[in-house]
Amino acid sequence: MAETGVVTAERRAAPGPALARLARLTFVRLGVLPLLLLILVIGFGIAEPRFLSGQNIFNVARQSTYLTIVAMAQMLALLTGGFDLSVGVILAVTSVVSAYVMAAVVAGNASAVGLAITLGILAGLGAGTAMGVANGFGIAALNVSPFMMTLAMASIGFGLALSMTGGVPVYGMPSQFGATLGFGKLLGVPVPVYVTVVVILGMYVLLNWTRIGRYFYAIGGNIKASALSGISTRSYLFLAYVLCGFLASLGGVMLTARLETGEANIGAAMPLRSIAACVIGGVSLRGGTGRLGSVVLAAVFIEWFENGMNLVRIQSYLQMVVLGVLLIFAVVMDEVRHRYIAKLRED
Amino acid sequence: MPGSSGEHRAASTLVAEAPPLLRLRGLSKWFPGVQALDQVDFDLRPGEVHVLFGENGAGKSTLISIVAGALRPDAGEVLLHGAPVHFRSVSDARRRGISAVFQEFSLVPDMTVEENLFLGDELTTGPFLNKRALHRRAEATLTQLGFPLRPGMKVNRLSRAEQQMVEIAKALRSDLSILILDEPTAALTERETDRLFQLLRECKRRRVGIVYITHRMDEIHRIGDRVTVLRDGRRVATLDVGGASHETLVELMTGRTFEAFFPRIEHSPGAQLLAIEDLTVGRVVCDVSLTVCAGEIVGLAGLVGSGKSEVGRAVFGLEPIDGGTIRFLDRPVNRPGVRAMLDAGIVYLPPDRRTEGLVVQRSVRENMALCALTLSPFSGRLFLRRRSERGICTRLAARLKISPLRIERDVVFFSGGNQQKVMLAKGLTRNPRLFIMDEPTMGVDVGAKTEVYNFMKDLVEQAGAGILLISSDLPEILHLTSRTYVMYRGRMRAELKGAEITEQEVLSHFFESETAGG
Repeated sequence: MAETGVVTAERRAAPGPALARLARLTFVRLGVLPLLLLILVIGFGIAEPRFLSGQNIFNVARQSTYLTIVAMAQMLALLTGGFDLSVGVILAVTSVVSAYVMAAVVAGNASAVGLAITLGILAGLGAGTAMGVANGFGIAALNVSPFMMTLAMASIGFGLALSMTGGVPVYGMPSQFGATLGFGKLLGVPVPVYVTVVVILGMYVLLNWTRIGRYFYAIGGNIKASALSGISTRSYLFLAYVLCGFLASLGGVMLTARLETGEANIGAAMPLRSIAACVIGGVSLRGGTGRLGSVVLAAVFIEWFENGMNLVRIQSYLQMVVLGVLLIFAVVMDEVRHRYIAKLRED
Repeated sequence: MPGSSGEHRAASTLVAEAPPLLRLRGLSKWFPGVQALDQVDFDLRPGEVHVLFGENGAGKSTLISIVAGALRPDAGEVLLHGAPVHFRSVSDARRRGISAVFQEFSLVPDMTVEENLFLGDELTTGPFLNKRALHRRAEATLTQLGFPLRPGMKVNRLSRAEQQMVEIAKALRSDLSILILDEPTAALTERETDRLFQLLRECKRRRVGIVYITHRMDEIHRIGDRVTVLRDGRRVATLDVGGASHETLVELMTGRTFEAFFPRIEHSPGAQLLAIEDLTVGRVVCDVSLTVCAGEIVGLAGLVGSGKSEVGRAVFGLEPIDGGTIRFLDRPVNRPGVRAMLDAGIVYLPPDRRTEGLVVQRSVRENMALCALTLSPFSGRLFLRRRSERGICTRLAARLKISPLRIERDVVFFSGGNQQKVMLAKGLTRNPRLFIMDEPTMGVDVGAKTEVYNFMKDLVEQAGAGILLISSDLPEILHLTSRTYVMYRGRMRAELKGAEITEQEVLSHFFESETAGG
């Protein structure tokens, strides 16, 4: 009790020790996101009335599905104490492969639209997941650091995607692909939102109601203690990267449907944006902690933030600067959070 | 009773003697959540060895850190030669003749002995290092101390004992008036300890005052002049070593009578659980054999590095086995693996709960359940049974008196003792037949220690489990075990039973002796 008083006295003037303590506990639990959301809503809400309109929120909901899916993929890698810098090129490879396969099938038989779409999606998911398998093998079996493995995989994947396409977008997909998965609506809600909700539910069950999820957290928190608890740490590390690859690949399929072309450079900003979403959502870069809900909210936050900057006409290059600053801010706050955790010990 | 008489004696001697080299008055230090020091008085006279004695967490380390300039006190004053001083840093204290050798070495592993000796105080000619002079000075220092070290050796190539010598040489090289040693003999052999003590006597003749932290009773009497006992940040007593018996010191240290501290355990050895024969692990464990039966606590004692920890780790599949056989419940275990050993009914508690035992940023519940998630009360084929999990973990937490009793709280927010209890509870989720406990009370406060001992008593008496207790804590070995093995340098030295387990007997096997063949 005495210690709380000392700490509070050191902090900047707060309305009251109890309130300051509550704020601190919220911060320790949820990270910096609640604060950022507050600033976002108040700031842009005042600067631009359209920002909080129903139509705009609807748009943001659709736009943010892609980042949300990839952020969840990234979250799996981060939870185990690693990260995946190749999520962007997994999107790209998926996009290019699925576009090629669809175009080829349709070119052979113009009426086989359903078959073309099915084969295209499967091929894209297969290619993307294969990259996840490669990442997982390198990291879990060969002990390559996640940083090196996924950085190298990013180069490999980008090179493959570019050499397949020659840098030119791949056209010739059946239009129904984009019409349903990209622009389709069901009961007034965009199809991508349904897909994302299904993924969120699946992730929720995986992380909270299965051994797999529990083991991901445990391995990221303390890999030695996990091994001593009889967990096959290598298998689960491998699985984390495979699932990460699969989810990123799914994001790639969805984005391809939206763009209606297969492109080699669609995911360039994804590694940064997905890591930013996770860190802002309170996923620790040291592994072991992070809540799914916060990550989803943070992905929506980033998309909404960019949307707000568009509305008030902030130049897109400058937006990159802002995102970078935001990410550093979030990482610094993560450090501060860890210091608080150390302080809160034994209180 | 002993406490009060100690205080009186201390008070009378304080007045009688010459002005002290160092005096601490009303020293207090707070850390978040703990008061590490509470108005501690302490004094050090020239030419004496003043032993600091107490449990882990009693405040010894904080006290010497303040004297060495590494920490600043929140209240109270430090008087050096009668004048108040405020050290800004370790080097500031060092300039005034105070040197400390901490348990964690302050050596740079990739640098040589001589580079380390003069680190931060290099000899230079203009802007350049004078390597030749440095080498000569280092050689002279080492020869003077009689340490068989080559100045050009890299520190990471040295043994722990040799690194300790470098640390001590580093502390001794300047004009020294106060030397602080934190468990300096923990890694030393008997012969090396003898040499260290000779050195300390030399220092005493040079009127150097020595603050000496140790957990070993025999050392207090061999080298100490006075002993100050700390408990929970307070000074309990300062005694002359002559008047401080083993029992008195333990009672002062723990704050309870000797009998109350260790429970009486009724051992009733039943069926044999574990039988190890001629176990060899690399060069650390050599031809070791032992047995553990149900319903008994078997001790495995020895110095740090004697190989006792590796025996436990090897049984649990954490060290590669190079020879020998392990039988559990009369079935041979050919290639032990963690999963297989857990399933067979063995639980291993590692000595360092933070690095190997717990996932501290996850909740108590998740930690407790971690090694049992494959079992039916915790998980079905696909999904976790979280309600059942919560029920089991709540019951276990209550049984082990984890406080606060909040199983959703992250482990990191609990005290060391409670964290240790979480680790014990983790083992209980599986209902094991055999516990291998490596230093189960390390870094745990007195209250929790007793609870851990009572927990062990319950396991043995009620549940009929067997415990292999691997410990460097001699009183623990002496009072809890019915049989004790002593290891020395990777080999089994002795097996002691019942009344044979005395401090003298166990210690005699800790160190080198003429009768030992190798």
